[in-house]
Amino acid sequence: MIAFFIRRCIQVVIVMLTVGLIAFSLFTYVGDPVSNMVGVDTTTEERLAIYEKLGLNDPFYVQYWHYLGRVVRGQFGTSFRLGVSVTELFRERLPATLELSAVAALFALLFGIPLGVYTGLHREGWASRLILTLSLIGISLPTFLIGILMIFLFGVILGWLPSFGRGDVVQLGFWSTGFLTISGLKSLIMPSVTLGMFQMTLILRLVRSEMLEVLRTDYIKFARARGLSNRAVNFSHALKNTLVPVITITGLQLGGIIAFAIITETVFQWPGMGLLFVQAVSFVDIPVMSAYLMLVAFFFVLINLIVDMLYYLVDPRLRLERGAAGGHG
Amino acid sequence: MVKKGIGILLLAGLIGLMCFQPALAKNFKYSTSGDIMTIDPHSQNEGPNNAMKNNVYECLVHRDYNLEVEPSLAVRWEVINPTTWRFYLRKGVKFHEGEPFTADDVVFSFKRNKNSQSDMNAYLATVKEVKKIDAHTVDYITKGPDPILLQNLTAHFIMSKSWSEKHNCTEPVRGSTDEIYSTRHSNGTGPFILVERVPDTRTVLKVNPDWWNTPNKVHNLTNATFVPIANAATRVSALLTGEVDMMFPVPLQDVPRVNASPGVKAMQGPELRTIFLGFDQHRDELLDMPGSGKNPFKDVRVRKAFYQAINIEAIHKKVMRKASTPSGMMIAPGIIGWNEELYKRFPYDPEASKKLLAEAGYPDGFSITFDCPNDRYVNDEAICQAVVPMLARIGIKATLNAQTKGLHFDKIGLKQGNNTSFYMLGWTPGTYDGLNPLVNLMTVDGQGHGTWNCGKYTNPRVEELTKMLAVEVNAEKRAKMMYEAHKIHREDFGHIPLHQQALAWGVRDYVDIKQPANDSVWLRYVNITK
Repeated sequence: MIAFFIRRCIQVVIVMLTVGLIAFSLFTYVGDPVSNMVGVDTTTEERLAIYEKLGLNDPFYVQYWHYLGRVVRGQFGTSFRLGVSVTELFRERLPATLELSAVAALFALLFGIPLGVYTGLHREGWASRLILTLSLIGISLPTFLIGILMIFLFGVILGWLPSFGRGDVVQLGFWSTGFLTISGLKSLIMPSVTLGMFQMTLILRLVRSEMLEVLRTDYIKFARARGLSNRAVNFSHALKNTLVPVITITGLQLGGIIAFAIITETVFQWPGMGLLFVQAVSFVDIPVMSAYLMLVAFFFVLINLIVDMLYYLVDPRLRLERGAAGGHG
Repeated sequence: MVKKGIGILLLAGLIGLMCFQPALAKNFKYSTSGDIMTIDPHSQNEGPNNAMKNNVYECLVHRDYNLEVEPSLAVRWEVINPTTWRFYLRKGVKFHEGEPFTADDVVFSFKRNKNSQSDMNAYLATVKEVKKIDAHTVDYITKGPDPILLQNLTAHFIMSKSWSEKHNCTEPVRGSTDEIYSTRHSNGTGPFILVERVPDTRTVLKVNPDWWNTPNKVHNLTNATFVPIANAATRVSALLTGEVDMMFPVPLQDVPRVNASPGVKAMQGPELRTIFLGFDQHRDELLDMPGSGKNPFKDVRVRKAFYQAINIEAIHKKVMRKASTPSGMMIAPGIIGWNEELYKRFPYDPEASKKLLAEAGYPDGFSITFDCPNDRYVNDEAICQAVVPMLARIGIKATLNAQTKGLHFDKIGLKQGNNTSFYMLGWTPGTYDGLNPLVNLMTVDGQGHGTWNCGKYTNPRVEELTKMLAVEVNAEKRAKMMYEAHKIHREDFGHIPLHQQALAWGVRDYVDIKQPANDSVWLRYVNITK
């Protein structure tokens, strides 16, 4: 078990180093940060001096080595665009993205699972067909379009919800939360629905197909034959068995939601990591871009590690193999 | 019963308070696509940043909304000798945290602004030294006679020496080292005080009740909030719902909708930025014609052919939806040196263009790459897309290479050695003077010249005139030299000026705001009439 864990950790480190190298070498091809940092009147000599000062003239492996040294010490540098340290920027923005992602995931689960169960149980009903058709729209419309349409409907025409921003937030230590104010909660509604829409449709269809599959199995037939109530059969037995793949998928998707809230954050001007990344790309803000990519890689790798460890704990076959290889007679 | 009575009283009191407040507080919330980068006045030289500085900090002289220069922290000045300007400072001015404004602060601000890390030091390039004469008099010593010193001093902001020393920010930074105190905190003499700055989220200001010019103030605000909203559609929605009181820029296709919506209107006016196209005129062999040994752009006939192939009226009507002013000159009306005769464009004549190309030896035209930004100027990519078929009509096969501004400026600029044959660029002279584009766009000779002269256009007489203009103080002589230099460039077809783009500000009906031609939102000219 320990050997497995250590092996996985070594893989984590290798993956992180590779991602870091690839991300960093990409930046030599991405625009000129100096043009964005200075005004049009800056002279040639001053620009060359800036290149020298930022270390942009060194070959990329030298720049990368310096970067690794700083990362290990927790210094990600200072944003070219805002002049603020990157770690502080992330600390300010991460709560916004995490709250949004958590609410989006919750929305996806709370609507996806019950709707999936319903459409699984009542396959031929008109309500099921309607839900499935609408869910197709949820998958096929691009995120930003859903976002803009919602702003137009609920913000401009009906005036129920704020059209941008996070509302008033309450600062608890370093974590800024929008859960404790009315405007904060109102601002969360549209972005989280927009972000969670795709996941919800995914979960809905997954749960539905799993339900249809499980309801055909023998043990369900036997349970019905024995006379258990519908509720007991559908929820205590069928649903539980459908949830295993759903949890796997949701866990993996959660990493994706956090990393790719970019579009939603841009549409709603949500002050999170995604918006920061988009602005960093247009501005060629290298410290922010490289720190963001490392962070995202780290999230994915961490979640995968946790999922792998859970598999190891849950699946007895993996454990048995270890025992056999250990050499029991 | 008593409890109920008290409850009702409290409720009434609360409601009364809530109704009372808005009548006293005049809040102004405004938005644009990008945030300001820092509140340090000597750090970044960029339009929206400079506009924000003018709310909090001040200079010796101030540019009002008609772009005229007027006294500010200096009450009057005199030229003692050709290289010395004496400024008499205003008495009784205080910084926001209470420090008195004196000559020491001016000397300190000069040194700080001249620092190599300051992006604003180009405005003080001609000033050698600032000497304190007494507590309220300073001398600016220039390297040579400097006719545009006052224009430049409108961007030389004054900081408090004692405050900067107390907070360890006596030198500005360019974003490569750790943030300093003045990046997010400020202490100026201006009409507004910075309350809060959260990067990428909001910048909050409140009125400065002790501002020296309060008796003459034009605005009626008590608070102001600036929020960046990157997505154009979201920004327009925020204006329509009233969540912001003003926002800019309004995308051109939304202008009719904004005008038609109740409670909002679109303010449109000309901007000082001139959009133009440039040619590579210095390489012996054009990058797009490897192996041919030729550079067609070295021939004035080819350049003229390109110019006359462009149907600027069509661009004005269809691409810019009439929100542009076609221009024949590299500077806009309002810039010193503008001339009505030079501003008229040559006529659109694609048949003449084809003849000229044939004369120059290219009867079948040739191929080039056309470099264009896609997120910097109003409808920049759309303009370039319109130009491509116009060139095709005269036999030029132009391949459009439109990309984000970071990459575009990288390519056409110094970093990649002006790696371009034909490109689009826009320019606003930071000094509002016609010498600025001559130095930056139309000459190559001399230190600091031609930073954005990506095609390296040069003409010996224009170079000579530019050097003379830098030290000529007589306004009449200057005007003649400026006319001659711009005329030579125009007849050389050194660049193809296209137009001045138009500003489009979306404002709610109860906002009365002045719109200067440099696209700056200056809070001191905002009135809330509700």
